[in-house]
Amino acid sequence: MRAPTLAAGLLAATPVLAQTPVLTVYTYDSFVTEWGPGPAVEAAFEEICRCDLRFVAAGDGAALLARLRLEGPRTEADVVLGLDTNLTAAAEATGLFVPHGMEGIALDLPMAWDDPVFLPFNWGYFAFVHDRETLPNPPASFHELAESEVSILIQDPRSSTPGLGLLLWVKAAYGEEAPVIWEGLSDNIVTVTKGWSEAYGLFLEGEADMVLSYTTSPAYHLIAEDDPSKAAAPFEEGHYMQIEVAGALASSDQPELARDFLAFMLTDAFQSVIPTTNWMYPAVIPEAGLPEGFSTLLVPETALIYPATEAQAARDEALAEWLDALSN
Amino acid sequence: MARRAFELGATAGLGVAGLAAAMVLVPLIAVFFRAEVTSPLGPADWAAVRFTVIQAVISAALSVLLAIPVARALARRRFRGRTLLLALLGAPFILPTIVAVLGLLAVFGRAGLVSEALGVLGLPPIRIYGLHGIILAHVFFNLPLATRLILQGWLEVPSERFRLAGSLGLSAADINRLIERPILRATLPGAFLVIFLVCTTSFAVALALGGGPGATTIELAIYQAFTFDFDLDRAARLAVVQFAVAAFAAAAAFRFARFAALGGGLDRPVERWDARGPGARLRDALLIVAAALFLLVPLAMIVARGAAALPALPPVVWEAGLRSVAVALTSAFLATAAALAIAIAASRLARAPAALVEGAGYAALAVSPLVIGTGLFILLFPVANPFALALPVTALVNALMSLPFLLRALVPAVAETEARFGPLADSLGLRGRDRLRLVLLPRLRRPLGFSLGLAAALSMGDLGVVALFAPPGGGTLPLELYRLMGAYRMDDAAGAALLLLLLSLALFWVFDRGGRADAHP
Repeated sequence: MRAPTLAAGLLAATPVLAQTPVLTVYTYDSFVTEWGPGPAVEAAFEEICRCDLRFVAAGDGAALLARLRLEGPRTEADVVLGLDTNLTAAAEATGLFVPHGMEGIALDLPMAWDDPVFLPFNWGYFAFVHDRETLPNPPASFHELAESEVSILIQDPRSSTPGLGLLLWVKAAYGEEAPVIWEGLSDNIVTVTKGWSEAYGLFLEGEADMVLSYTTSPAYHLIAEDDPSKAAAPFEEGHYMQIEVAGALASSDQPELARDFLAFMLTDAFQSVIPTTNWMYPAVIPEAGLPEGFSTLLVPETALIYPATEAQAARDEALAEWLDALSN
Repeated sequence: MARRAFELGATAGLGVAGLAAAMVLVPLIAVFFRAEVTSPLGPADWAAVRFTVIQAVISAALSVLLAIPVARALARRRFRGRTLLLALLGAPFILPTIVAVLGLLAVFGRAGLVSEALGVLGLPPIRIYGLHGIILAHVFFNLPLATRLILQGWLEVPSERFRLAGSLGLSAADINRLIERPILRATLPGAFLVIFLVCTTSFAVALALGGGPGATTIELAIYQAFTFDFDLDRAARLAVVQFAVAAFAAAAAFRFARFAALGGGLDRPVERWDARGPGARLRDALLIVAAALFLLVPLAMIVARGAAALPALPPVVWEAGLRSVAVALTSAFLATAAALAIAIAASRLARAPAALVEGAGYAALAVSPLVIGTGLFILLFPVANPFALALPVTALVNALMSLPFLLRALVPAVAETEARFGPLADSLGLRGRDRLRLVLLPRLRRPLGFSLGLAAALSMGDLGVVALFAPPGGGTLPLELYRLMGAYRMDDAAGAALLLLLLSLALFWVFDRGGRADAHP
């Protein structure tokens, strides 16, 4: 089986290679790291697409959208993977995306999906992750956290989808009172990073007691590192939910490949690598089910989320309050 | 006939000066035009303005205050390695900012040497992110500059005066009052203002160590307006404020500062009759060692950590390195040719137009790279893909930014050569290209080599306008290094930092040496 593939590969190395269509996918940084989903997804898709799939890391999720606005229709990107429902309305309003055109998709999301432009690839709940040994009794609410001496690392809501998620989490839970919570949290924050990768890296280096991440993050330490010490702290207010999505760009020179990729995204080949590489809940439960360690994870009693259509307005208000509270 | 030759010689310089002025003015006009006053700055923007000024004041004050005892110690002590140490004080000028930041993290970060030592003593680790870290990095870069500026003032005092003070048996307090204080009064305001200017326009330090709303400078806010919101209007408004702050600081610095020559001349110690006691000696030694360690340990950490990672660096880092070298070489030749043309024009024109031509070359001091970058982006965006032009724009802006420093080296050199050989060349009828080839270039080898090296090294380490323009995966080495730090791949980051450091120093060394080899005495 291998010899013909090799021969085909050698043949393709001549001018034919130059004609191999290239599908460029902009995504967030942690997706393309060697331990992220990128390499496995690339190999699996290239096996069936007769194309060259190129992931381009363009910052964290929210920075992706800004990048697209900067580049406009001139962008090289054919697909953007890594926005979330808090951004889809703003993304759609740019007019840069085309409808996915798929119907009757079966998804295992905790809510119905009817977005005509974007398709989900995984989801999860935001949570503050801590080490059980260094912080055995984590705060159980934003109020407790604000009153405690516990140090936290968070992400900038303008560049990062977890950062934006936290902003909307506080807003959804506290509404008018959100600025008071941020005032209280301001002295707990060690630093505000541009993306999730920086914050989580700093947390693992011991720079703070807790980091804003996901309820599924401890599964990474449990499964990949056999380390049960990390845990997500349950918050009384409930936990904000994130649904991460991908969409195809209208300016793409490979519209069919882009559509193929979106369809591939919901197949088992893509979905089965998500739980143990992106450490999120897959949008479609793989045939083999979820990995074992996932049953140990915190499942919030209350899930909070703004509908995509309301997220933009909530974001603008919450962002202004956040900037005010933290810039003094 | 001679008059016509004058005019011809000045034409190129006039053209270049016009271009340099246009490269500052046109983006500025674009920025002002875009920044309608309809929506004024928000509270977060004002917080950035406040933070910029506060951190610059503290950074400049600390740098200058710490530099006083170090400069005093260096002025009155003779020891082995003194010349080397003085040369080292000039090194931060060509040191890539982001490399130094990584080195400082290795020493002062949470997992760094100092925090580990504190941990052994049972003390909590220090926090480097935010205001502390930005000030630390600025002091790292500017303590040497302040030391050199103050040392310069010290060494201008005739040694007879110190000898006289010694023979009169003046106490240390008397010497301080009669000699040192006047020196400090003459040098400190200038040094403070120069450093204040440097700190208000510094971008890479704030990018790496600042961030949150509480630690954002105006330069960083401009970058955020681009990359977070793609809000060109807000970027333009911030650029106007940044220009106002920097132009004010630049004007004040020009008024008070006596810029130190970049060359040597600092290696003559002052014989001091009051500081011979063992106590004074020990204090001076400790100060010199502490200052040297502060500068050297972060760099040693980069070398130590980077050496292992260097051979295994991912290909993207090498590709970024190649792009950086190409940008640096382009920028170096552009800047040096421009500086030479301006210097020649300045030597041939009457005083007033000469000052104007030279002044055009200095105009870049009042604008930050991100202000120019914002203006260029606003101009280019409607007509071309700014991301496709990332590298040419970076080379051009880098050349513009290094022009003031090259002029300081080339203008006096050209003036001197013209004064000595100009009349002879005139009488022989040497003009235009022949005059350049036969008279000027052979005698300018040293300053030209130095200029090429300086401009190449400055461009190599630059992390400014490229951050706005670079497409993902198409940046320069400093940007790639910043991305590695962001992804927390610290081993690769250390390797990339070492590569960047070596390339910067190599470029400077090759050109500077090339200029010295068989140069005319």
